[in-house]
Amino acid sequence: MNQVSNAVVDQGVTATEPKSALRFALPLAVFIVLAGFLFVGLGLNPREIKSPFIDKPAPSFQLPQLARAEQLFSPSQMRGEVWLLNVWASWCVACRVEHPLLVELAKKDVVPIVGLNYKDKRDAASGWLAQFGNPYKLSAVDSDGRVGIDYGVYGVPETFIIDKAGVIRFKQIGPITDDVWRTKMLPLVLQLRQS
Amino acid sequence: MLRVLLATLLCLTMSGAFAVKPAPQLDAAGARRAAALADQLRCLVCQNQSIAESNAELAVDLRREINEQIRAGRSDGEIVDFMVARYGDFVLYRPPVKSHTLLLWFGPALLAIAALIAFMRAQRNRRRRAAERPLTDAEHAEAARLLGGSAGTHQ
Repeated sequence: MNQVSNAVVDQGVTATEPKSALRFALPLAVFIVLAGFLFVGLGLNPREIKSPFIDKPAPSFQLPQLARAEQLFSPSQMRGEVWLLNVWASWCVACRVEHPLLVELAKKDVVPIVGLNYKDKRDAASGWLAQFGNPYKLSAVDSDGRVGIDYGVYGVPETFIIDKAGVIRFKQIGPITDDVWRTKMLPLVLQLRQS
Repeated sequence: MLRVLLATLLCLTMSGAFAVKPAPQLDAAGARRAAALADQLRCLVCQNQSIAESNAELAVDLRREINEQIRAGRSDGEIVDFMVARYGDFVLYRPPVKSHTLLLWFGPALLAIAALIAFMRAQRNRRRRAAERPLTDAEHAEAARLLGGSAGTHQ
């Protein structure tokens, strides 16, 4: 009996001999492609979503300033300058991570930074700046988060680079790291300033 | 003194009025639309929940936004466009058919068709092989044994 079944198997193999290479290669190729996609996917950050704002005009708004509530700020006041719009809040833990970098930039006067104080309380926000330093030219108060919605804010801190014409050229979601600043943001700021 | 007191009182009642001012309610149809919209929009803070399911502050704000826009007479399409303009296609649980989402939309169907073709070819090959070389008596006996019948029933 065993001999018979062996014979059958042997014949089966010889009959498909030319195809057997493909029979193994094809699933292997499929596996490699799939594994490749999954491996790349492992390294991607699902929070980094390409912003639909890049190369679009910064949405306009008029908000009271944090330090002087009677004064309004509007992005159009920054026309002709390359500037950063940094969305922050005193309740935002990650904001503390990037804050020293912003303070450093302000000290060196690298680029004007305007804060958008997002869904915060005035006292808490002012206290936070007093405690950690104030790198902002001024902060606009978006207490109910409506301007945040217009800017598609979903993960504070977020930072926009806005060019001289008031067009958003870059959006950083989450804290600005030294690396992101050096490799992406600073070169872009310098380049935009040239143009 | 009285004037100051009155002013303070007025301020207090004013701030109270602003704080508790309830949002006007939607009618039943509007509420249904708001719920349906919130259900198909992704909350970007907790990405595996819709705006309807999530209690993240952003989701609460966006539900408020949807309600206001419905009250303002905007259509569902306009509200969805509003969200996409701010948060990108990612905010949609049902991604739009675009050039770079073609694989996403039609990939499964392509895979199914490829599998079907492969299966049919395999079947055809098997039939052809069987036709080319009929089983010997010994193989028939083996097959019958394996299938639980008695040997030789094929004759």
